[in-house]
Amino acid sequence: MNLTLNVWRQKGPQDAGRMETHYLKDISPDTSFLEMLDLLNEQLMGEGKEAIAFDHDCREGICGMCSLVINGVAHGPQRATTTCQLHMRSFKDGDTIDIEPFRARAFPVVKDLAVDRSSFDRVLQAGGYVSVNTGGAPDANAVPIGKEEADKAMDAAACIGCGACVAACPNASAMLFVSAKVGHLAHLPQGQPERTRRVGAMVSAMDGEGFGNCRNYYECEAVCPKDISRDFIGEMNKDFRRAALGGR
Amino acid sequence: MQLDAKIPSGPIEQRWDDHRFEMKLVNPANKRKHSVIVVGSGLAGGSAAATLAELGYRVHCFCFQDTPRRAHSIAAQGGINAAKNYQNDGDSVYRLFYDTVKGGDFRSRESNVYRLAQVSSAIIDQCVAQGVPFAREYGGQLANRSFGGAQVSRTFYARGQTGQQLLLGCYAGLNRQIALGNVKMYPRTEMLDVVVVDGAARGIVVRDLVTGRIWSAAADAVVLATGGYSNVFYLSTNAKGCNVTATWRAHRRGAGFANPCYTQIHPTCIPQSGEHQSKLTLMSESLRNDGRVWVPKEPGDKRAPGQIPEAERDYYLERKYPSFGNLAPRDIASRSAKEACDAGRGVGPGGRGVFLDFRDAIQRLGKDVIEMRYGNLFEMYQRITDEDPYQVPMRIYPAPHYTMGGLWVDYNLMSTLPGLHVIGEANFSDHGSNRLGASALMQGLADGYFVLPYTIGHYFATHKPKPLDTDHEEFKRVEREVEERIARLIAVDGTRTPDSFHRELGKLMWNDVGMARSEKSLKHALSRIPELREEFWKDVRVLGGRSEMNTALEHAGRVADLLEFAETMATDALVRDESCGGHFREEHQTPDGEAKRDDENYCHATVWEYTGDPGKPNEHREPLEFEYVHLQTRSYK
Ligand SMILES: Cc1cc2nc3c(=O)[nH]c(=O)nc-3n(C[C@H](O)[C@H](O)[C@H](O)COP(=O)(O)OP(=O)(O)OC[C@H]3O[C@@H](n4cnc5c(N)ncnc54)[C@H](O)[C@@H]3O)c2cc1C
Ligand code: FES
Repeated sequence: MNLTLNVWRQKGPQDAGRMETHYLKDISPDTSFLEMLDLLNEQLMGEGKEAIAFDHDCREGICGMCSLVINGVAHGPQRATTTCQLHMRSFKDGDTIDIEPFRARAFPVVKDLAVDRSSFDRVLQAGGYVSVNTGGAPDANAVPIGKEEADKAMDAAACIGCGACVAACPNASAMLFVSAKVGHLAHLPQGQPERTRRVGAMVSAMDGEGFGNCRNYYECEAVCPKDISRDFIGEMNKDFRRAALGGR
Repeated sequence: MQLDAKIPSGPIEQRWDDHRFEMKLVNPANKRKHSVIVVGSGLAGGSAAATLAELGYRVHCFCFQDTPRRAHSIAAQGGINAAKNYQNDGDSVYRLFYDTVKGGDFRSRESNVYRLAQVSSAIIDQCVAQGVPFAREYGGQLANRSFGGAQVSRTFYARGQTGQQLLLGCYAGLNRQIALGNVKMYPRTEMLDVVVVDGAARGIVVRDLVTGRIWSAAADAVVLATGGYSNVFYLSTNAKGCNVTATWRAHRRGAGFANPCYTQIHPTCIPQSGEHQSKLTLMSESLRNDGRVWVPKEPGDKRAPGQIPEAERDYYLERKYPSFGNLAPRDIASRSAKEACDAGRGVGPGGRGVFLDFRDAIQRLGKDVIEMRYGNLFEMYQRITDEDPYQVPMRIYPAPHYTMGGLWVDYNLMSTLPGLHVIGEANFSDHGSNRLGASALMQGLADGYFVLPYTIGHYFATHKPKPLDTDHEEFKRVEREVEERIARLIAVDGTRTPDSFHRELGKLMWNDVGMARSEKSLKHALSRIPELREEFWKDVRVLGGRSEMNTALEHAGRVADLLEFAETMATDALVRDESCGGHFREEHQTPDGEAKRDDENYCHATVWEYTGDPGKPNEHREPLEFEYVHLQTRSYK
């Protein structure tokens, strides 16, 4: 297939940035989206132009490193699929595709399509853990955890921290991400002792990083490559209200 | 170069306990005075960094991804082993030890493997305490599955995302230490060299991948937890960023490289679909619990799988290995797939594929159960191939996946370069010439949580490293060397992209040093690699500046190192004139095509010392003794 690609180019965080148009020919529909970008980069370098910077690593939909807003949608048109798992068979011959970085105040552009998502790390550093040191843990089967609860925890823990939820949200809110992280531990006995403190600390770190407020648009859930449910937002809000009241 | 493995004496069950008692301790108040550099934030590096910080050491941790939680460990799917015997099916520390030594085809160090089996249980306890949501039974107990090469169910898992969940647990512990100020984390920072002062590793030189700045960090010890080198084959199941730079650069500074030819080709990966392919995707080995592997009996049978009657299918693993069947170890399953395809019985494009069929399991257990067990893997398969594995059998083919070779370490996990410790996939220990499924996660966490934190203290207490900072002239000298190499890469200004060289090297290594190797293929590789390296340094083209994010420059540096490393790897494969585990020399096979070891001449680890020419390293040997699991021909029949 032949494609017209409008790609965001930006030299660095201070640069204004602009869209640049490129043409790519004879792409196989079995090519993944990032492989298509690899081919574009090979073509650009052949013409003596610098490659387009974009983040990626595992290319299996699990590391959360790939990003991109494709035709206005974070991770592109296929439901529950990261950019690296998207294949060109989702597009048609002759299509024009707009490729932009994830945009949010808390995700400044590093270069071209690569953005800085370290704000997520800082939110997690505020409390996204169980305070146990290595050694001395009781036998793993000492505390039974019902399958339903364990599955709920796993549903939340499946979040890959890519940031699509933020990129999709009109307010660039990180509520889906933070609530998934909070929800994972809230559904496990190990997470209980610090539950209240955790939610308070993480929500205030989130606000401090410049993420916007949740206005219940739920664009986040629609783009999430791991199908994280908006229910976790509701659960976290409850926990947070309890934390704000100083109770447990 | 001296190889002293420092293996404790005494009965194997007591060696680690005795050793822990004999090792010198660092007084708690003095721990703050010691600093450690940990390169890598995967399961090995992340667990080590967090644990060392908990103990009171000052830790500096580096990774090249934008956050530590994206290390390649995140991609592990199937599970992690532990000798818990929760299933009451006869498992024990001794059995896990036995299976691992035998699975490794008698090319690992018994004492290390025993220790690994011993600490395996504590890993699961630790992970559960951190909140890792392992799969559970309805009664609330932990669930297990079986994995290749074992006849007991000892694998713990979290859906098909075990690596992700373990890494998130480990990263959470790391975050806690970062927040407490005990770990300073440097993401998007690539280590490009090791700094050796007075014969000991005292720091590293790194490039900030955002600004391009070259700088260095000093510490009392350096830990490499930088993963494996499967990407020497270009197409592998590893993440795109995985590379050999850290271990290769350390090797050039004096760390012996052990058994680089031991690479694992994983039997269940999605076959290559075309030339554009940038990586191969693993389909977890756990699928072999319920999927049956087969090819048509007749060569060239092009019928759709559903059209091929039962009598005309060859379930070759079940036929050849009746007691292990589809759960035969990886090296054996991979080779059998290649054999079937070489005989013209392969399926799919180019005939490089075999079926992994769930029809019978779906009939027996119902689609729901299969979906619960493997749903996310089935979805991933469908996204990539556009085929529905609930309806048609998966097509799979072997792909490079894991590297058993790595920097040589002694029982304390220290390399031949004093102060330089190596953990996780980056070292050579524990798996011999073939790793069993679900054992890499176990090893990485064993090293990081339960072994290194003890042994590094002993190093500090006995070596007493002197205070030092990066103003030392050796740091300045290595920084200059790194700067000069980057300048040289840019100055070539040729016509080919780094990726095109990487692809060419990968093809060469896959054809000549891949699943089956021969003197002829290895000699071909050895004549071609230096030529390719020369072409690279004459014709590579790196555009863009050095003082900014430059992905082409990063890739070029990694390819340059792979081009050197590949030659030592092929040399090792040529020198090891036997077949063992994943190293299959065509000259050495039994009449029915199984690997034929030569214990008389090759019952050792080969450790290479850098000489300035990667094609002419000095050979050293660590003899391997099997006191407990007696040398025997491995059989899974
Ligand atoms: C697809 C897949 C599935 C797997 N499934 C399983 C499984 O089910 N069970 C199992 O036991 N094993 C499995 N494995 C193997 C296992 O995942 C790995 O062996 C293991 O996770 C390696 O961990 P590690 O910590 O040693 O290295 P990695 O996780 O690879 O981490 C390497 C770290 O080093 C850093 N690094 C590397 N070089 C540099 C440098 N020059 N400068 C700075 N930082 C650097 C990286 O940024 C990263 O943080 C699987 C492997 C793959 C590829
Ligand atoms: S590259 Fe890892 S999720 Fe896409």
